[in-house]
Amino acid sequence: MNTLTRHVAEKRGLAMRMRKGMVSGKLAAMLLLLPPALILFSLFVILPLADAAYYSVFSWNGYGAPSDFVGTQNYARLLDHSVFHTALWNTAKLILVSLLVQMPLALGLALLVYRKTPTNTLFRLVFFLPYILAEVAAGLIWSFVFDGDYGITAFMFQALGQESVYVLADRQWAFPAIMTVIVWKYFGFHMMIYIAALQSVPKDLIEAAKLEGAKPRQVALFVQIPMIKHAIVVSGFFAIIGSLQIFDIIIPLTNGGPSNTTHTIVTYLYTFGLSRLNIGFGSAAAVVLFILAIGIAFFYQRTTAKGGQA
Amino acid sequence: MKSLTTRNTLRVIVLIVVASVVIGPLLASFLGGFKSNAELRTNPLWLPDSWNADRYIEIFLDGDFWRYMGNSFLISSMTVFLTLVVGAAAAYVFSQIRFFGSKMILSYLLLGLMFPFAAAILPLFIKVRDLGLLDTYWAVILPQTAFGLSLAILLFKAFFDQLPRELFEAAYVDGCSYLRFFWSFTLPLSTPILATVGVFVFVQSWNNFLLPLVVLNDRAIYTWPLGMMQFQGEYLTQWNMILAFVTLTITPAVVFFLAAQKYIVAGLTGGSVKG
Repeated sequence: MNTLTRHVAEKRGLAMRMRKGMVSGKLAAMLLLLPPALILFSLFVILPLADAAYYSVFSWNGYGAPSDFVGTQNYARLLDHSVFHTALWNTAKLILVSLLVQMPLALGLALLVYRKTPTNTLFRLVFFLPYILAEVAAGLIWSFVFDGDYGITAFMFQALGQESVYVLADRQWAFPAIMTVIVWKYFGFHMMIYIAALQSVPKDLIEAAKLEGAKPRQVALFVQIPMIKHAIVVSGFFAIIGSLQIFDIIIPLTNGGPSNTTHTIVTYLYTFGLSRLNIGFGSAAAVVLFILAIGIAFFYQRTTAKGGQA
Repeated sequence: MKSLTTRNTLRVIVLIVVASVVIGPLLASFLGGFKSNAELRTNPLWLPDSWNADRYIEIFLDGDFWRYMGNSFLISSMTVFLTLVVGAAAAYVFSQIRFFGSKMILSYLLLGLMFPFAAAILPLFIKVRDLGLLDTYWAVILPQTAFGLSLAILLFKAFFDQLPRELFEAAYVDGCSYLRFFWSFTLPLSTPILATVGVFVFVQSWNNFLLPLVVLNDRAIYTWPLGMMQFQGEYLTQWNMILAFVTLTITPAVVFFLAAQKYIVAGLTGGSVKG
């Protein structure tokens, strides 16, 4: 707070020379309006992230001050832990399914409902509905769907005369089930981004293509999709960053099980860091998550920017 | 070449199939709340034999349910209020006042757009505990506000920048201060963006699970996602009970969505696109 006021006061000298009359009002406004945001943001965003880096080189249970310095040991243990490998691989799978299944599905549906008609509006609302539901609620509902005794999948297995499979307790099927729920939950969001973009594509371009004899599929492929490239790049970015942070939906579905096969980076961080109070170890996982998010964001922006120029 | 009507029929069939997959699980939950567990086993999907609303009524009359909802509502409302006030105030300074270093401070505040919230969760727990805020509303409100600020400031500044400058010059000649101008002109003129950001922040907070999970241990202060998991832990395989609870908890969100869908869609997609 103190350094901040001093900081602002220094600026005052400059401002005074520039516009004498307004200085006092300006200064008062700055002193009153800017600090709350700066303090909150520093205290609850920047500091915790810096703390995570600091804690990650200690073996610490969260009580007292961290004193047991272990250097890179937490990172070494992390990179050695097979469950963490699974968590990384699962997170990668979520990114892939978002990019390769969810986004094409969303794009296809957007092309089907982007025109402004009452039925289209209705379908849009329905498709967007899962996105506004809490992840935990969605997870619980789907854990019923996948339940081996009661659920809809059990019902379908029985109808086919098959032995029921406990999907979420099955090492092979649990994660594909989670991916299904994630596509169900988020495709509507991406679809809405595409719809907004598709509606701003100039109509005469589409008309012109049709006059030239282009079929609807060709119009979509060669006019509409290239025109909304930017929206696709943006939605891809959200898909990746979102996938990196999947947590809520896993907890009610599998809670990381069976035998730790369905962890993501964040459920791993929570399970092995916080619930066991290995703050140092969990912080190392947090740092890895942070670096991955920033690294991927940076890499993604560079490659898509290049692709845009080509 | 396919005729226009066959094409359209195909289109509608595809849409109906997808819509059923989307709605199916939600409808099954709603209907499941009316069924007995024995009936759920044989009939998870279709209409119940009898519309027995006992479970819905039981939850409805249960104080816990309302307390969870009340806690969530209070936390979400406070988060929205704080994010709007603090975010708009800062954005106003960046938009209206030129000063040395403003760009740097703005970039600093926008860093939050890139940071994954989950990476900060362990230190947040420590910080909230050391501040003595565990098991208080503030434990959720303050970090949520802080993490929502970046997007709020970005959107507010873009909006404020588009307000006519002549307005401020005229007001200033009439002796209006920066603070008064912010309060009596900028804020009232910005209701569309305030609503958009407000809705976005509210939904995020209403649905938040990780942060409350970490900083709230006392059941009396649980938000509804925590209450729901608690409830599920108590009833385990009594699916009819759990489905009734889930249905009741998500109903406000669905109603809110249908009522304010314009703002919600704008806030959740348009808003994030610009971010």
